[in-house]
Amino acid sequence: MIYNEVKNILFAGVGGQGILRASDIVCEVVMNAGWDVKKSEVHGMAQRGGCVTSHVRFGKKVYSPLAEPGSVDILVSFEKMESLRYISFLKKETAIIVNNDKILPPEVNLGETAYPLNIIEYLEKNYKKVVSVNATSLAKKAGNVKAANVVLLGALSNLLNVEKSLWGKVISGAFPEKLKNLNLEAFQSGINA
Amino acid sequence: MSGNEAVARGAYEAGVRFAAAYPGTPSTEILEEFSKYDGVYAEWSPNEKVAVEVAIGAALAGAKAMAVMKHVGVNVAADPIFTVSYTGTNGALVIITADDPSMHSSQNEQDNRHYARFAKIPMLEPSDAQEAKEYIKLAFAISEEFDTPVFLRSTTRVSHSKSIVTLSEPEPYIDKTALIFNAEKYVMVPHCARLRRVEVEKRQYKLKDFAETFPENKMEIQNADVGIITAGMPYNYAKEVFPDYSYLKLGMVYPLPEKLIRDFASRVKKIYVIEELDPFLEDQIKALGIQVIGKEIFPYTNEFDPGVIRKAVLKEGLPAVAYPERLSPRPPNLCPGCPHRALFYALKKQKAFVHGDIGCYTLSYMKPLEGMHSCICMGASIGMTHGMSKAMKEKGKGKVVGVIGDSTFLHSGITSLMNMAYNQSDALVIILDNSTTAMTGMQEHPGTGFTLMGNETKKVNLKELTSALGIENIRIIDPFDQKETQKAIKEELAKSGPSVIISQSPCVLFKRTAKKPKPALKVDAGKCEGCRACLDLNCPAIFWKKGIKKEGSRRAGIAHIDETLCNGCSLCAQICKFKAID
Repeated sequence: MIYNEVKNILFAGVGGQGILRASDIVCEVVMNAGWDVKKSEVHGMAQRGGCVTSHVRFGKKVYSPLAEPGSVDILVSFEKMESLRYISFLKKETAIIVNNDKILPPEVNLGETAYPLNIIEYLEKNYKKVVSVNATSLAKKAGNVKAANVVLLGALSNLLNVEKSLWGKVISGAFPEKLKNLNLEAFQSGINA
Repeated sequence: MSGNEAVARGAYEAGVRFAAAYPGTPSTEILEEFSKYDGVYAEWSPNEKVAVEVAIGAALAGAKAMAVMKHVGVNVAADPIFTVSYTGTNGALVIITADDPSMHSSQNEQDNRHYARFAKIPMLEPSDAQEAKEYIKLAFAISEEFDTPVFLRSTTRVSHSKSIVTLSEPEPYIDKTALIFNAEKYVMVPHCARLRRVEVEKRQYKLKDFAETFPENKMEIQNADVGIITAGMPYNYAKEVFPDYSYLKLGMVYPLPEKLIRDFASRVKKIYVIEELDPFLEDQIKALGIQVIGKEIFPYTNEFDPGVIRKAVLKEGLPAVAYPERLSPRPPNLCPGCPHRALFYALKKQKAFVHGDIGCYTLSYMKPLEGMHSCICMGASIGMTHGMSKAMKEKGKGKVVGVIGDSTFLHSGITSLMNMAYNQSDALVIILDNSTTAMTGMQEHPGTGFTLMGNETKKVNLKELTSALGIENIRIIDPFDQKETQKAIKEELAKSGPSVIISQSPCVLFKRTAKKPKPALKVDAGKCEGCRACLDLNCPAIFWKKGIKKEGSRRAGIAHIDETLCNGCSLCAQICKFKAID
C-alpha cells in the first residue's frame, strides 16, 4: 500500500458481466468496515459490448477516484484477455484474480485475429499472485451464470482484511429475496475456489 | 452516491422542485434521480434550449428552477442563456453543464468554463459527490442573492464517480410563485437591454467581491516551496500525488478572487496551475502578472489522473509496463437484433453519401457496415444532406442521404426538414424510429407518448408531422423486411424532390416496446458455403468457425450463431443466399 495507505482495486471485463454491481458491493463492504472509499467507471458507450473498468480505492482518506498506472494492488478480471489490457496499471506485487473464461472480441469472431494464448502463464510469470477462478461454471453450479461476478467477489474477499459476515450482509441486501441464497452460495464457492 | 445522484439530492435539499433537461452523457442521471423525489416536477424537454427556456419561465414566476445538460447541450441552449444573464432570474436558476474531458461519449471536448466568462454568469465546480451536493445548494443561494443565473460545472469523472455523501434534512418547500410584471427587466428590446447591460456589470463587481470571501475558495498552506492552484476533479489527483504541497482550491471558477490569488502567490515560491482542457484559470492568473507553470507541462487534451500529474511535474511516472503485444479491441457495437443494423445493411447497397447524426446508429460508421460518412452534432444530418444535394445539383441526385434517430429528429431535425421541403432538394432523409432515446439509456421523448414522470401523454405522429412540414414523399417501413426496405430506399432515391422514409422498429433493449425475442437461429453446417455474407452484418451473435474446406465451398470454415446472444431477428436468414440459417 502506498501513500496514505490507500488500497487500489481495478475491476475489468466486458459490458454485461455485472462489473459495476460487483464494484458497488465492494464499496459498500469497505464503507461499512469504516473506510473512506471512492469508485469510478465510465458509462455511456461502454454499455454496448465494449470494455468496462471500475476503479475502487479505499483507505483512511481517499482523494482520487481513479487509480494511477503502476499502483493497483488487486486486479479482478472478469474475462481472461481483459486482464492483459490493463497491465500498465499493475506493479510486480499486484495480486490478480482472473475468471478463466473467454468472451471473444469481434475481430476474433470474424476470424481475423487469434485470441491470446497462455494468458495465465504470462500473469504468473510477471506478478506476485494469480488466482484463476472458473467463475462461470461455479456460478452455473450455484444456479445462475450471471452470479459469476459474486463468485469473483468470494475470491476477492480472501485478499481483503474484512470480516466475511460483513460481505454476506451486503450481498444479501444487494439482490432480491429469490436471488439471495443463490448469490450467497456463489460467494462461498468463490471463497473456496 | 455518484456525483449526479448528489446533485439531484442537493437540489432537493435546497427546496428545488422544478427541473427540465434533455438527456446526454454524462448528465442524464441527474434528472432521472431528481424526478424520483416527492413533490417535484421534472421533464424531458425536446432539447436543451427548450429546457433552459422552461426553467427560465419557472424562475420568472418565482420558483427555484434547474436546467441540466451535457457540455454540447449548452451550445444548443446558448441563445437564451446569454440573455437571461441580462434579465436576471427573480426566483433562482441554476444551469448544470456536464463536460466530458476525454470524450468518453461525446463528439468534442469543449471546456464550458468559457461560457461563464462569455455570458458573465458565475460558475461553481465541485470535485466529488459530497461537494456536488453542497455546491448545488450554494449555486441556488447565489442565484437568489445576486439575481443571476448560476452555472454548476461537472465533468464525467465527478458525475460518474461515487463517494460517501452525508445527507442533510431538506429545507421545507415554500411556494413563492406569483405573476410579477416588470417589463423593463424582462423585455429585452434594445432600450431595456441597454439598461440591464449596466446591471450585469454591477453584478459582476459584487460577485468578484463575493468570490474573495466565498468559503469554498480554500487555501491550504503547508509546504511553502510549492503551491498548486486547481479546481474540480484535478484537485483530487494533485492531492493524491503531492499531499504536502500548499493548495488554493477554487470552488468558484468564475469570477476569480484576485486578492485571494495574489495572497496565495505571496505565500509560496513556485505555483502550478492544474486544470484539465483549456488554460482557463492559468490565462486569467497570468493576466494578473503572477508567474505560474501550467500548460507548458500539463496536457490540453483528455482527462487527467494522478499519473498524468506525476509525470508532468516529476518527469516520470510509477514503474509500469504495458502488455507487449497488440490486443484485439472491443469497440461498442449495435446489439443483436438491433433494427439499425437492418436499415444500414440495406442502405449500403445504394453506395450513397450518408450524413449521420448522434445516437446508437452512429456506431454503424465502423467496418463492416460503414453506414455513414459524416456526423457533426445533434440534428445536423438533415441540413448537411440538403446542402450537399443542392451544391451537387444533378450529380448528387439519388446519392445523398441523411439518417437521424427519432429523439434526435425531435430535438433539432424538424426545422431543417422544413427547410428541405421549403427549398426543395432531391435528397432522402431516413428517420430511424426506435421509439426511445436509446443511446443514453431509454429516456422518453415527445414521440414516445410518455413523460419522464411516467404519465401517458400526447404522442407526436412522425408521419403527420413530416407531412405538415411539406414533405410529400413519405414511406413507413419495417427494416426487418429486408427486401421491402431495399426496394423503398432505391425508389425514394430515384424521385425528384425531398423524400422521407420512417424506419420503424423498437429498440431491442427497451422493455416497454420491444418485440418478444424469437427463438435463436441456427446455421445448417451442411448448407453453409462459407461466403461470410452474414458476418458482414457485424452481429455480435454471429462468429466464424474455421474448418476444413468442403467441396464447392468458398472458404475453409462456416458461420456459427451464439444461441445465448441471438434474439431471432432473422436478418441473417433473409440475406443468406444458401438458406443455411433457420
